[in-house]
Amino acid sequence: MNFLSVLISGLGAGATYAIIAIGYTMVYGIAKMLNFAHGDIIMVGGYAMFVTLALVGHPVAAVAAAILAAVLVCVLMGVSVERFAYKPLRGASPLAVLITAIGVSYLLQSLAQIIFGSASKMLSGLQIAGHVMLGTLRINYVTLVTLAVTVVLMVALTLFIKYSKTGRAMVAVSEDRDAALLMGINTNAIIAITFAIGSALAAIAAYLMLAKGASLANTLGAMPGIKAFTAAVIGGIGSLPGAVLGGILLGVVESLSYSIPALAPFTDAVEFGILIVILLVKPAGLLGKARREKV
Amino acid sequence: MQNNDIVLRTEHLSIQFGGLRAVDDVNLEIRRGELYGLIGPNGAGKTTVFNLLTGVYKPTAGRILLCGEDITGKAPAEINRKGIARTFQNIRLFHNLTVIENVMVGLSNQIPCSIAESIFRLPRHMRSEREYYERALALLEVFQLAEYKDYLAANLPYGKQRKLEIARAMATNPTLLLLDEPAAGMNPSETQELMDDITFVREKFGMTILLIEHDMRLVSGICENLTVLNFGTELAKGATAEVLSNPAVVTAYLGE
Amino acid sequence: MNAVLEFFKKPFLRKYTNYIVVALFTVIFAILSLTGGLKMGTQFLLEQIGIAVLLAVSLGMVVGFLGELSLGHAGFMCVGAYVGGKLSSLLVGAMGGNEDSIVALLLALLVGGLVAAVFGIIIGLPALRLRGDYLAIVTLAFGEIVRSVFMNMPERLFGGTTGLETPRFDRKYLFVFAFLLVLACLAVTQNLMRSKHGRAIVSIKDNEIAARATGIDVTKYKLFVFTISSFFAGIAGVLYSYSNVRLQSVNFDYNYSTEILVMVVLGGMGSINGSMIAAALITFLNVKLQTMLTGNLAVLQKLFYAIILILIVIYKNAPGLKGFREKYNLKALFDKLFKKKPVAEDMADGKEGDDAE
Repeated sequence: MNFLSVLISGLGAGATYAIIAIGYTMVYGIAKMLNFAHGDIIMVGGYAMFVTLALVGHPVAAVAAAILAAVLVCVLMGVSVERFAYKPLRGASPLAVLITAIGVSYLLQSLAQIIFGSASKMLSGLQIAGHVMLGTLRINYVTLVTLAVTVVLMVALTLFIKYSKTGRAMVAVSEDRDAALLMGINTNAIIAITFAIGSALAAIAAYLMLAKGASLANTLGAMPGIKAFTAAVIGGIGSLPGAVLGGILLGVVESLSYSIPALAPFTDAVEFGILIVILLVKPAGLLGKARREKV
Repeated sequence: MQNNDIVLRTEHLSIQFGGLRAVDDVNLEIRRGELYGLIGPNGAGKTTVFNLLTGVYKPTAGRILLCGEDITGKAPAEINRKGIARTFQNIRLFHNLTVIENVMVGLSNQIPCSIAESIFRLPRHMRSEREYYERALALLEVFQLAEYKDYLAANLPYGKQRKLEIARAMATNPTLLLLDEPAAGMNPSETQELMDDITFVREKFGMTILLIEHDMRLVSGICENLTVLNFGTELAKGATAEVLSNPAVVTAYLGE
Repeated sequence: MNAVLEFFKKPFLRKYTNYIVVALFTVIFAILSLTGGLKMGTQFLLEQIGIAVLLAVSLGMVVGFLGELSLGHAGFMCVGAYVGGKLSSLLVGAMGGNEDSIVALLLALLVGGLVAAVFGIIIGLPALRLRGDYLAIVTLAFGEIVRSVFMNMPERLFGGTTGLETPRFDRKYLFVFAFLLVLACLAVTQNLMRSKHGRAIVSIKDNEIAARATGIDVTKYKLFVFTISSFFAGIAGVLYSYSNVRLQSVNFDYNYSTEILVMVVLGGMGSINGSMIAAALITFLNVKLQTMLTGNLAVLQKLFYAIILILIVIYKNAPGLKGFREKYNLKALFDKLFKKKPVAEDMADGKEGDDAE
């Protein structure tokens, strides 16, 4: 394994983290809460694809249908979680909201286990095999797909936020929710839309993970969720470019650490260690803005 | 050189947030026992001056002298121990503590007792707790809050919360008391009561008070001297009557 | 029943009710155990309860009193378990294999607790700069780092993936030690909170800016709470190592931290007695349900906790449920059950200030 291929596979992993991290960061920016259950929405998307694959016969149609179904189910799930678990707590202490989110995470995981059992499943229908060789450099197709999907999503999201009415309203709500409300923006709707977008991205992340060969279980989203959450915080939670930067950084570090035999078993520790170091140096993350409390 | 009668002096006090000069070259001089007013339209930088004086923000330029001692850039808790206590524009009480406990927190630094002494219930703990209680109760009586002593602070009516905040500040035994718009949100009769309280505190404890207000009529009734801030700079200062008849001050207020 | 309740209402006894209850439990079960009246399963259950109570009360100090969310409590426990477990196995080895050496137990408890406390300071330091959500993620990261490091250390040191073998103390006595430590932890926590230092800690939770302006040394108190909390978590870890033959760091993951958090939240944050009761109850249910619900049914338990957690937090915190909360709460239920009239002072004018919705 040479350095370049390590770097490229790190970019692929980082891109997936980035997509998940955006969900965390957007919800934080607009609803001012850490949606701890975001990782589990990925898992919900995974099972949505599992069910669709079982129902649709034609292999190519099945993949398309699975992705579509995952997006729909995740959006529905994300929005209803917000509606029933988080919305009643708007205005309550951040601690209460965070604990509820942890509860939701547990709830989704255990529901999935009750419905689908605890045995993990391989969705070979979704996997993207094969690779290209560039000289001696081997690049998996799935990495290329992941990078392409991420770039397209980033561009689309940036354009949406910059130029659409809803996007600009989102920026307004994240700057100052009360002022936005006074300007006639329906903040409840904006928050719901934010959860919908974050959840749709989680569905895409689920597809990318399964395409890479991850096995589907009720904990599919748990670790990637925590890692992406870490990435969002490293980048500066609330900042979109920060989430992408944090995701890529974490993915590359992970890939590098795996490639060094002495470090490989400690990879998780290395990743979380980087988080702690960065927060100690920059308490608001790399691209985050420090918010001072108004006295 | 240093005049013992000057409790607070600021020299060229300034702070910049990004490109914005929120407070620019403010020079205050407050004598012992004085009731000094800091007035100005909304957004003039009054509360920012308080935040600089109490260490919430560090000034980007200038010095703060408390009784001749330079306290510029010190941490809020240390500044409080040096003798500046304050109240807040948006009341900040300890809601999960009772009324008397709020005052007892204010007394914390008056009677020494280490964590270990408290955990092992050593005699000094027992003694100090009794003393905290008695002194807090005495202060509550001064502020006519004794009958509410076991209420949670959050359950007090608004006007009484303001009073409790002053009592808590007084419990830290300050040489200078800063009051940030104490009359905000009060009806006329509550305001009158509060003004009486301030006068009372001043006379009973010989307290030096710096008061922020944006209602000029209110200030003119009780302050001897004023500084008027506008856009972070001093617009006028001096004796109350003089300042209030200053045309620039009148324009700043009416021309808003 | 009523006579007993009246008895405990005497001010002096009321202050010490929880000590008396825990002490009575300890004495009764100790006698039963010594006379051979306890099954091994029950002894094990009591050990688990003691450990859980220590964990819940110590986490409650950080979450309930200081108001900071820690998601890495199992990490501190893990440090205590591995350090204490390693030390005790060395000591026991040096003493010719006497697993019931009290000296080894006490030394392991002390060292395990102290090393965990040092980690508490290390984590407490960022706590001074980071707030709320950020601290939560840092503590979570810490817990995962600790777990991963212990698992991947060379096998001869901490057993690696196969786990570290540790001495197992005589089941007849171990839970008695656990309960005595619970009493000690209770005394420390309660004495601390019922003092000026406790008031200072609550004032930091309520309003940090005002606390600083009132002269409270926020740094000192935050560090102290993190340190003492991790000390007791470390002690719980040492007990855990003595209660099991083999330590596996997988058991100290983020889910375990969350389970402790559930106990604290269910007990009502900021209530020592609540944390103790919730910890005992959940542990009891865990152990009992483990034998009843097997295979996929085991997950029902997790589902149940999740639902309870969400409902309780919403019930206790939702701004829109304020009126509902004031009408239907434990106190009202209690008063109704024992046919008491509501306490008069609650109805006094001052307390109606925030009822006006």
